Amino acid sequence: MRNWFNRQNLVALLGIGLLYAIVQGMIVLDIMPPYYKLTLILICIYIILSTSLNLINGVTGQFSVGHAGFMAIGAYISAIVTAINHGPLLLGILAGAIVSALAGILVGLPTLRLKGDYLAIATLGFGEIVRIIFLNTEYVGGAAGFTLPSKITWTWAFGLMVISVVLMKNFVASTHGRACISIRENEIAAESMGVNTTKYKVMAFTMGAFFAGVAGAIYANYMYIIQPMTFSFLKSFDILVMVVLGGLGSMTGGILGAIAMTVVYAVLASFPEWRLVITAVMLIVMMIYRPTGIMGTKEFSLSFLGKKGDKNAASKN
Amino acid sequence: MGSSITQQIFQQLVNGLSLGSIYALIALGYTMVYGIVKLINFAHGDVMMVGAYSGWFAITVFHMSFLPALLFAMVACAILGVLIERIAYKPIRNASRIAALITAIGISLFLEYGGMLVLTAQVRTYPDVFPETIYSVYGVIFKYGDIVMLLTSVVLMGLLHFTIQYTKMGKAMRAVSFDKDAALLMGIDINNIISLTFAIGSALAAAAGVLMGVYFNTIDPLMGLIPGLKAFVAAVLGGIGIIPGAMVGGLMLGLVESIVSGLGASTWRDAVAFLILILVLIIKPSGLFGKNVREKV
Repeated sequence: MRNWFNRQNLVALLGIGLLYAIVQGMIVLDIMPPYYKLTLILICIYIILSTSLNLINGVTGQFSVGHAGFMAIGAYISAIVTAINHGPLLLGILAGAIVSALAGILVGLPTLRLKGDYLAIATLGFGEIVRIIFLNTEYVGGAAGFTLPSKITWTWAFGLMVISVVLMKNFVASTHGRACISIRENEIAAESMGVNTTKYKVMAFTMGAFFAGVAGAIYANYMYIIQPMTFSFLKSFDILVMVVLGGLGSMTGGILGAIAMTVVYAVLASFPEWRLVITAVMLIVMMIYRPTGIMGTKEFSLSFLGKKGDKNAASKN
Repeated sequence: MGSSITQQIFQQLVNGLSLGSIYALIALGYTMVYGIVKLINFAHGDVMMVGAYSGWFAITVFHMSFLPALLFAMVACAILGVLIERIAYKPIRNASRIAALITAIGISLFLEYGGMLVLTAQVRTYPDVFPETIYSVYGVIFKYGDIVMLLTSVVLMGLLHFTIQYTKMGKAMRAVSFDKDAALLMGIDINNIISLTFAIGSALAAAAGVLMGVYFNTIDPLMGLIPGLKAFVAAVLGGIGIIPGAMVGGLMLGLVESIVSGLGASTWRDAVAFLILILVLIIKPSGLFGKNVREKV
């Protein structure tokens, strides 16, 4: 029986709680500039997006660039539930995530037969199709998009982010996660060892889509307005950059990448061209000199705090 | 109105062929590069954008006429293509496919937003290089520009076909795409051949860019994005790596798009292109002209 209340988990819990309390305190005391609050909530959204894309691209080794499509589905479905039909927020987020996951299954089953480049292009095509469908749907405002009340608070965003990350991290550490990693390392070997590769690929894809839907729902219910343009494949690239920067296959790397890029974007917000030029140069240079990203496939963990008898995820070099 | 349905159909065919020939020119570059280095050169559409701007520059600043401007753009982009290959793709030639894909995306973003910085996001109008002559055959309208475009693409494709099939360079290119190591052993300088492929592909993209500028009248730094992706669809449709496939795929895609627009669903045009892509990938990933290759373990 595993001891859930070991030193590592307690320290992590304490850290998360402290972080939440500090920011929440600043918001309640009204000493947090609105722009900082926006950036913090965006960081939460991007952390969910990058870790969920990491699940597909990094952990399972499939190359998807259609993440904005799933985000769009989550955003629009949740907006339809909360704004048009005045449903509760949680229901909206769940509905967005579930529909997005269903789309993940729908797309994943046929396309995951494809490999590498082809899969990348197919998912890119899927993302664009989703965007064009929303663009042509008058019910959700077409190209102009539609406005909705901002219901997401820091508590919601941070809470959902922590829950999503913990769930995904535990998934990677589970039997199923191991199976996904084996597909990344060598698909043929995994198959010959009895891993049902299709099942695990679709599983990872669906999970990634689910959490992208959650992120999209948070985005929609925070930003006052959603437009199809927001979910173009530039958004998919943004998320991809975060994952690659942090390290494909490293959950903590994805988080690090999301934080770093969101901060860079926030700083360069008034120079949008520079932002993308810098992103592009960074991508190229990194691919040449450090293609594994900051963390590689390693995880940051608190295992140095020491405790007995735990086979930690990070011990896998 | 008064035009009959047959006339409408033929008119859409003409429009489709004009658009399709542009797609085919871009698709050729994709396919050639993929055939040789197995890399999807995402930046290819943006090379086309640079070509369009070079042509625009040559016409408005140097007051060149259409053909010299076309050549100017082609040479400029050939150099750009080789530079991109040498600086960004060569160091990662033996890295994973994902690293190559990410680099290509990086270059694409760099050209787009570097272009925005240098050229500003302002939309530029392409000068009229052709007379406004219109030929009408049985009510189907051919613009002077349409004809020049079709002719230019056909001539360029013919030249390419000749180069690849009947010259020593072409033979070397085919050899490298067939088996890189064996080609090396036969004394072929692979680096030069790869650069040459990038040069030719980029020159064709530049020609497509100039034609596109002439066809649509406006150019902007992000113009390469969607046509680039669609040309990729065309290349996949014909069978990526196969040169005649790219031509046929481009023309087919152009036709499909103009039919969709003709049916009054022009906002769905892009979605249809991507749908075709996904369907092709699912049903016959090797494309119309491709053979199934069995993967060995």
